[in-house]
Amino acid sequence: MKKFLALLLAGLMTVSLAACGGPAAPAANSGSASASGAASTAASDFKVGAILIGDENEGYTFAHMEGIKAACETLGINTDTNLIFKYTIGESEACYDAAVDLAEQGCNVIFANSFGHETYIIQAAQEYPDIYFAHATGTHAKTEGLSNFCNFFDNIYEARYISGIVAGMKLKEVMDSGAVTDPYVGYVGAYPYAEVVSGYTAFFLGIKSIVPTAHMDVTYTNSWFDITAEGEAANSLISRGCVIIGQHADSTGAPSAVQAAHDKGNANVFSVGYNVDMLSVAPDVALTSPQNNWEVPYEEIIKTAMDGGTLETDYCNGYAENGVMISTLGSACAPGTQEAVDAAIAAIKDGSLHVFDTANFTVGGQPVTNAFATDTDGDFTNDADEAIIDGYYHESYFQSAPSFSLRIDGITELN
Amino acid sequence: MSNSAVERGEPLIHVSKRVGIAQSKAWAIRGAALVLALMISGLVIFSIVHLSPLKVYGAMFEGAFGTSRRAWVTIRDAMMMLCVAVGLAPAFKMRFWNIGAEGQILVGAIATAACMIYLGNSLPTPALLAVMMVVSVIAGGVWGLIPGVFKARWGTNETLFTLMMNYVAIQLTSFAVSKWETPIGSNSVGIINQKSNAGWFPPIFGQAYTLNVVIVLTLAVLMYVYLKYSKQGYEISVVGDSENTARYAGISVRKVYIRTMFLSGAICGIAGFLAVSGSSHTISVDTAGGRGFTAIIVAWLAKFNTFVMILFSFLLMFLEKGAVEIASRYNLNSFVSDIITGILLFCILGSEFFINYKVSFRRKHS
Repeated sequence: MKKFLALLLAGLMTVSLAACGGPAAPAANSGSASASGAASTAASDFKVGAILIGDENEGYTFAHMEGIKAACETLGINTDTNLIFKYTIGESEACYDAAVDLAEQGCNVIFANSFGHETYIIQAAQEYPDIYFAHATGTHAKTEGLSNFCNFFDNIYEARYISGIVAGMKLKEVMDSGAVTDPYVGYVGAYPYAEVVSGYTAFFLGIKSIVPTAHMDVTYTNSWFDITAEGEAANSLISRGCVIIGQHADSTGAPSAVQAAHDKGNANVFSVGYNVDMLSVAPDVALTSPQNNWEVPYEEIIKTAMDGGTLETDYCNGYAENGVMISTLGSACAPGTQEAVDAAIAAIKDGSLHVFDTANFTVGGQPVTNAFATDTDGDFTNDADEAIIDGYYHESYFQSAPSFSLRIDGITELN
Repeated sequence: MSNSAVERGEPLIHVSKRVGIAQSKAWAIRGAALVLALMISGLVIFSIVHLSPLKVYGAMFEGAFGTSRRAWVTIRDAMMMLCVAVGLAPAFKMRFWNIGAEGQILVGAIATAACMIYLGNSLPTPALLAVMMVVSVIAGGVWGLIPGVFKARWGTNETLFTLMMNYVAIQLTSFAVSKWETPIGSNSVGIINQKSNAGWFPPIFGQAYTLNVVIVLTLAVLMYVYLKYSKQGYEISVVGDSENTARYAGISVRKVYIRTMFLSGAICGIAGFLAVSGSSHTISVDTAGGRGFTAIIVAWLAKFNTFVMILFSFLLMFLEKGAVEIASRYNLNSFVSDIITGILLFCILGSEFFINYKVSFRRKHS
């Protein structure tokens, strides 16, 4: 669009200008606002609104859309008439405008799916106490004290750990074959904060459970969705000699770059994606992608709203409740991967395996004995809720959003 | 001797410059372009998605003005666009290609956000608003002044200079965001002073955006008067027409460059103030959101007449808001609206050709 406007502009500048004036046209201003009533239980009267950072072309948002649609269908809500999406809404007043607009359209529950949407959703939630608001990945519900506002996420770290096992199996195979000697892993992350740190740490611990000598470098793109930057970050990691490229960013940039490296003759580099199955863009190198099964929290929250019930402050599910998963294993996966994955999932489900077990990592060469999960005074340092209980860090335990932000040994942040 | 026109080798189409076209005729041509654009867009919409174009236009109108809240959001954003266009008008009238409005908005926004964060709890609202307005004027003004001074002193290319200043401003904004983000590393500042509302525009007559309208319309009127009736406005148009003429007439071209660029940047700085204090209450690298570029089109289309700019600001905002609505209602991708906007601007810009030139076909008999 910008480019197009620039072209038009160039065209305009070549047209010689004749001075002319004209009357100003006042803006039309019509219609009236209508407040929405209390939640109703009948599915035919129940409306769901969702504010999305992207559209169906972006993996993260696509997964959310699929999740909401599936939840609505299960609960008997007509997705054509009673489900309203607002696409490509930025993390600005546009989010507040969209939330209020959905409220005026009669939505009974309103979702938003991007981290930066949160404060705008809270603003709308304060103005519409009769409507339920739910925000994915956010952290404020626990402290905000609004009865009609909640956060939701899932134990994605469990799926990342499992995807780490898939990557570790492949890494082990490549090393056993003698093609590679350095167990070097690369990771393309979005932003250097807890959600991403928790994710790559879980991924790394999964790899380490198979290849204990593995080490990992992380490159941040400082964007959730930037195909070019993610591709470049992956290329730079590949040129450093990484065998596995993991990611926590929402585009197909990294898997595509890995596939391109493969096509150019680098047979020893593989990709672990995120959100969506990457086999369509990287058929020869994609191992798997950790995925959020958003249907689970959406269904819980919509159901609560339909019943006019009380919201919990946080909704969060893991493998035990089918809240997370990994996508179909790619053909490049090492033999025995499926068995290793199944065993680990079973162990997570029965509680015998904890991803952030303090026996499995150190910080500064020392084992970790305490770490806080919550920042209560807004100074960016966690100061409450001791999360290391019974020998493991309780991730997503005090609130749904990931809080693990320790930088463990073996992982290097490159930027 | 009666050779036909073809034998004499006359071209089929003959284009000649029009002299002094009547205003009414010019506007008729523009109106025809608008109708043509709507027809072409309608055809495109129908052929791609098989929806009645009338229904789509109706939905777009509802999206922009369907409820009083939607109308106010459209008004707020149109005012923002108008503010930037008003800021660009003097520079472009001087033929000084200020592509740097984006950066000038951002530095104004940073200055405003800094005041909200650091002075939010220590000043009463009217004083705080005044301080924010002044610092945003200074910040934007200085950002415009720099390329102005370089052009005046050393004849640097202002197009490249102002453009590059945008990237510096974007980096500065990133830096500011990294200072103020919550939680650290998330790249999200969130709403500033959400609880106290310190530094937010106060609602007037029960409407949150009244002050935006008042400020921008005042600027538009002042700019109209300034360009049309003041001595400085006259100097701007002389410099724009011919630097040599201006010099011959005893106008200090350097002084005009510097003064006008400060003014241009300052008003764009106010746009940054409006964006942060008057609507989003946050700051990010998207705060300017491409308005600095789009507003150039608004200013040019309106021939720097600030009242005509109001019309074009609303037209563009109508398209933008309508787009969101049709994307949401018909599950269309938001690119559909980009197509409509493109067709519309293409036709309107194309109409300028027919206003400036007369097209005649070869006649059968000479």
